[in-house]
Amino acid sequence: MSADEQLRLRERLAKLKRLSLLGGTRLQSDLERLEKQLERIEGVATDEEIWRSVELARHSERPYTLDYVARLLEDFVELHGDRGRADDRALVAGIGRFRGRTVALIGHQKGRDLKERTERNFGMAYPEGYRKAMRVMELAGRHGFPLFTLVDTPGAYPGVSAEQHGQGGAIARSQALMSRLGVPIVSCIIGEGGSGGAIAIAVADRVLMQENAIYSVISPEGCAAILWRDAGQARKAAAAFKPDAVHSLELGVIDAIVPEPPGGAQDDHDEAARLLGESLERALSEIAGTLPDVLRRERRAKFRGMGIHA
Amino acid sequence: MAESRIDVSIERKDEPQPPEGKRHPNTCPSCGSHYRDEELEAALRVCRQCGHHFPMPARERIAHLADPGSFEEESAELRSADPLEFFDLRPYRERLAEAELQTGLGEAIVIGRATLDRHPCELSVMDFSFMGGSMGSAVGEKFVRACEGAGERGVPVISVTASGGARMQEGILSLMQLPKTVCAIEDLYDAGGSMISVMAHPTTAGVLASFASLGDVIVAEPGALLSFTGPRVVQQTTREKLPDDFGLAESNYRFGHVDAIVPRKELRPYLARLLRLFSRER
Repeated sequence: MSADEQLRLRERLAKLKRLSLLGGTRLQSDLERLEKQLERIEGVATDEEIWRSVELARHSERPYTLDYVARLLEDFVELHGDRGRADDRALVAGIGRFRGRTVALIGHQKGRDLKERTERNFGMAYPEGYRKAMRVMELAGRHGFPLFTLVDTPGAYPGVSAEQHGQGGAIARSQALMSRLGVPIVSCIIGEGGSGGAIAIAVADRVLMQENAIYSVISPEGCAAILWRDAGQARKAAAAFKPDAVHSLELGVIDAIVPEPPGGAQDDHDEAARLLGESLERALSEIAGTLPDVLRRERRAKFRGMGIHA
Repeated sequence: MAESRIDVSIERKDEPQPPEGKRHPNTCPSCGSHYRDEELEAALRVCRQCGHHFPMPARERIAHLADPGSFEEESAELRSADPLEFFDLRPYRERLAEAELQTGLGEAIVIGRATLDRHPCELSVMDFSFMGGSMGSAVGEKFVRACEGAGERGVPVISVTASGGARMQEGILSLMQLPKTVCAIEDLYDAGGSMISVMAHPTTAGVLASFASLGDVIVAEPGALLSFTGPRVVQQTTREKLPDDFGLAESNYRFGHVDAIVPRKELRPYLARLLRLFSRER
């Protein structure tokens, strides 16, 4: 079975599992059949595969937001500044044409070389970045533009002025605004989906994740430092909290996995962009035309259902 | 010590500091005064010498805020599951069982209906002593139920937070409790409801970056650490010199992130006044 087929199978299985409340014999037998097939293939991602995702998600040649913008949007106009204090370069925002319609796009942006990395603060946004994102979300809402967000950050910036300018509150309010928007929102985790800095722009109707991206509550190093008292145990930590796409899908946190070119997105930016573009279009077509109230209600219901408790 | 556990869920690059010398939990960390437990409890866990606010257990907080006999706990049976079968140096299930044994609480949050100065409200109170007040699926679920209950009954939510952030042992599901609680507040607001957020020490990371920051009114306790990233991690990551009041309630007040700093002894009348103002029977 090819990797693609495996992915599709897992995706279907995860969806069916979530529907299990509906019961029904047909669904049950589907589920059983799929589960048997899955048992035959090697089962869940191994610790090694999880760590490979961590490495690929952070690969220095991995396509970043602006690499996708250049390949997927026409007439892109980048919008700068939070209209209050600054323009945070760790997060880009703008409007452009996607397959014939105007969309708004927000994404974290890492730098390619040392100079750009410093300028982009390694993709770690200040509150100013999230405020810029919020004003562009409002713009999208005002004009009925669908919103795409691309998530790729180690986390929101942990600095003195970031705290003084209200990092926590900015992340909270950005999520709140997304839960109120009446336009379709599609998010994709394209590299590192690091904690609060990631979820700040990922409260979407459809959340996608690239095959080798990671999505996590804390970095593997951070988790290892706290629970193992040794940041060097990052592999063990990653294996324990499972930030890979397959597990995210199985936990119901994402809706679909976006395939990458063989070997990873870093090997072929054009192909990676083509695959992402297709997934964005498919996800958007599922929700385009939905009434604003329905979008809001369903988006909130989706997040309402997240979590597993006893 | 509480302070050695604050930096949860942050990009920590270096090893944590060893915990500072063993201090008795009833010894004031600011002035060194020592109290018997019942003394401290009678004083609402505020140091009589210097005004330092000790952490307040959820049950005591509720007993203090709710009118006598008015509190009816909800969702008390709800417990955390272990969806990732998480195992670090010890299994997550063991940590949960130990926390329940030590605190007598089923989770790091207690919710229920109450009246405060005869005003009906919904209380949601966190307890830092249960796994650092960390938020996993069960904590998020209980907060959401508090909002839903309040919305249905048309009463305000009073939320008291004390949390190190999202609970690592539930991985990405803990992160999803941020948008989940945020959406619940938006639903509450859409239904005409209100929320008063009381930030106790410490309110950090994932809880600060979600429901705690979204109150109609945000109140902080004196000296509480309210930061997205804890001071030690900021220091280690940025090598910046930290101001003395880094992340404290007083600094947050100065920078415009909280509406007021209210000493614990004045909190109840302060909340009563807000409940009168938000009351629908105007």
